[in-house]
Amino acid sequence: MPDAAGHFGRFGGRFMPEALIAPLDELEQHWRKAMADDEFVAQFNQLLREYAGLPSMLYEAERLSEAVGARVLLKREDLNHTGAHKIRNVLGQALLTTKMNKRRVIAETGAGQHGVATATACAYFDLDCVVYMGEVDMVRQALNVARMRMLGAEVIPVTSGSRTLKDAINEALRDWVTNVDDTHYMLGTAAGAHPFPAMVRDFTRGIGDEARAQTLELLGHLPAAALACVGGGSNAIGMFAGFIADESVRLYGFEAGGDGYETGRHASTITAGQIGVLHGTRSYLLQDEDGQTLESHSISAGLDYPGVGPEHAWLAETGRATYTSISDAQAMEAMALLARTEGIIPAIESAHALAGVPGVVADLGADVELLVCLSGRGDKDMDTAAKWFGLVDEADLVAEVKMK
Amino acid sequence: MTSLRSTIAAAQQAGRAALVGYLPAGYPSVEGSIELVQRMVKAGVDIVEVGLPYSDPVMDGPTIQAAAEVALAAGTRTADVFRVVEASAALAPTVVMTYWNPVERYGIDQFAASLADAGGVGLITPDLIPEEAGEWIEAADRRGLDKIFLVAPSSTRRRLELTSQASSGFIYATAVMGVTGAREQSSSAAPELVRRVKEVTDLPVGVGLGVSTRVQAAEVALFADAVIVGSALVHAIAGEANPTDAMAALGALVEDLALGVRRELE
Repeated sequence: MPDAAGHFGRFGGRFMPEALIAPLDELEQHWRKAMADDEFVAQFNQLLREYAGLPSMLYEAERLSEAVGARVLLKREDLNHTGAHKIRNVLGQALLTTKMNKRRVIAETGAGQHGVATATACAYFDLDCVVYMGEVDMVRQALNVARMRMLGAEVIPVTSGSRTLKDAINEALRDWVTNVDDTHYMLGTAAGAHPFPAMVRDFTRGIGDEARAQTLELLGHLPAAALACVGGGSNAIGMFAGFIADESVRLYGFEAGGDGYETGRHASTITAGQIGVLHGTRSYLLQDEDGQTLESHSISAGLDYPGVGPEHAWLAETGRATYTSISDAQAMEAMALLARTEGIIPAIESAHALAGVPGVVADLGADVELLVCLSGRGDKDMDTAAKWFGLVDEADLVAEVKMK
Repeated sequence: MTSLRSTIAAAQQAGRAALVGYLPAGYPSVEGSIELVQRMVKAGVDIVEVGLPYSDPVMDGPTIQAAAEVALAAGTRTADVFRVVEASAALAPTVVMTYWNPVERYGIDQFAASLADAGGVGLITPDLIPEEAGEWIEAADRRGLDKIFLVAPSSTRRRLELTSQASSGFIYATAVMGVTGAREQSSSAAPELVRRVKEVTDLPVGVGLGVSTRVQAAEVALFADAVIVGSALVHAIAGEANPTDAMAALGALVEDLALGVRRELE
C-alpha cells in the first residue's frame, strides 16, 4: 500500500492544480469507504460476474507451451465483456460515481479501448459520457470512435500538442477542473494523482486474485512467475497485486519497445526513461533534457504512453518486479505464434507479455509454470496485423477504404 | 519585506491594486519575448510573470497552450527563461511561472540558484502543492525566493491555512474553477475566495484567471491586492501579424488594465 499521501517510496503523490485537491480528497474518501462497505463490494462483484463475465478463465496453452519450452497458463481477460481487462476498472469507478451522486463522466482514450469500456459502463449506469481522444488517434481507430458513439458517448477530438493519448489526458484534466462539481474523471490506467493508482489497482486486482486461486486449484502450487504487459500498467498491477506478497513468484512487466528502445522510438519508460512528474504523479517518463515530455512510439496504441504508474516504478526500484522492453517485431511474432498454436488472437498489447516468455524461460529454466495475463483480444488490431503480415492485398485494402 | 510584498504594499498605499502581467518566455522568440516584457513594464505592469513553456500545460486554456507550442517549436530552453527573467528583473520585480517537471529536471536547487542569479524574486507553481514541495521550499528559502502557491474556490479552510503558511510574496487565487483564458463574465467566486484567504493570512492576495479588460481589472481591484492578467496579453499579441503591431497592441492593453487597477473607468 502507498503511504497516506499516495507515495510508493519516492514515487506517486499528487502533482495537481490546487483546484483539484479537494475533489481528489473527496474521491479518496468515497473510494476508501466503498472498499470497506460490504454492500458496495457485493454490488461490484455481482456486476463483474453477471455483466462482465468474470472470473475470467485460466487456460493452459499446451501447444504454445511446447513451442516455448515452459508450461504457460493464460489468464483469459480477452474473453471479458468489451474484450479486455479494462471493464473491471470502469465498472468499479462507474459504481463509485453513482455513490458520489455525480451524473457526468469524462475519460481519455488512446486506441479507444478505455473509451469504449467507459462508454459501456456509462450506458449501463445511465451516466453522461464524454471521451477525449487525440485527433491523430481518432483517424487511426475510427471503428472504436463508432463503438463509443453507438454506446451514446460524445467523443471530442483533441487537437493540441501531439494530438495523442497524453494530450487527451491533458484535455480531460482541463474539463475536470472546470466541471468537477458534477463530473467524475474515469482515468483508464493505474497512473495519475493519488488515489488513482491505488484505486485502479484495487478495481483491477481481481486479475491476480482470481489467477492465484485458479493456479493453486490447477497446479496445487503457485506459478514460478507472473507476466504482463505495461503501458500505464493497469493489467500488470492488477495481476501483480495478487502475488506481491508471495515472494516465490517472480513478477515480470514488459514495456513497449517500438523500433527498439536504443533507437529512441519506443514507450519503455522504466527501461529507458528518467524519473519525473507527469499527469499528477512522480514516476519514470520519457522526457528531454529540459523535462519536456517526449512522444512515445509503439505499434500497440494501448501501450503508447510516455509515463507509467508509480507503483511499477517502485516495484522496479525495489527489485520486486523486473521490467523488460519488447520491440514491435517481437510482439507481432508472439501474436502470430499464439494465433497459430492456440487459435487465439491476442491484442498486440498482450502479445508483448507473450513475447517475454522466452526471456523468462532463460531466467528461470525450462519446465516452470508461467502465468501470463492475456489482457485483451486482437480483433481491434486486425488492420495493423493485416498490414504488418501482408495478410491482404494492398489492392483489397484500397478497395475497402474506398467503400468506407 | 520582499520586493513582491513591498511593490504590492506601495500600490496599496497609492490606493490601488498592483498589476501582474504574464508572458511566456520564447514567444514568439526569446528576443521577441524580452522586448514584449520590456514594453509591458513600460506600459504599467508592476510585477512580471515569465512563463516557462511546457509540453503538457494542464492549467492553461487554448491561448497560452498555443503560445507555449510556438515557444517550444522555436527551441526555447529552460536557460532561455532565465535570460528573459534577467532582462525583466532590471525593470520590475519578476517571478517565473512553471509546471513542476522542468524544475525537477533542471535540478531543484540549481533552478533556485539560476533564478536568483538572474534577479528573479519568486516562483509560481501551478501543479505543486505544499505537501509535495519540501525540497523546493528549502531551496527557495536558501536563496530568498518567494514561493507562490495557488488557492482555488474548492480549497477547504484547512488547505487555505496550509497553503498560506507555505507561501510568501503573495497568494495566487484562481478566480474560477477552470483553466486560463479570457472570460466575458467576472467570477462570482473570487470575492468570496479572497475573503476566506484573508481570514487565515496577512499575505497579499493576487487574483488571476479570466481577467482581460479594464472593467474586469477594476472589479477585481475592489477586493484583491493584485490583478493577474495572462491570456488576454498573449491574445493581444497573437492577434497581430507583425511585431510592431503586436508591441503596440500589448502596450495599449496594459495601459488600459493599469487604469483599471486604479479604478479609472472613464
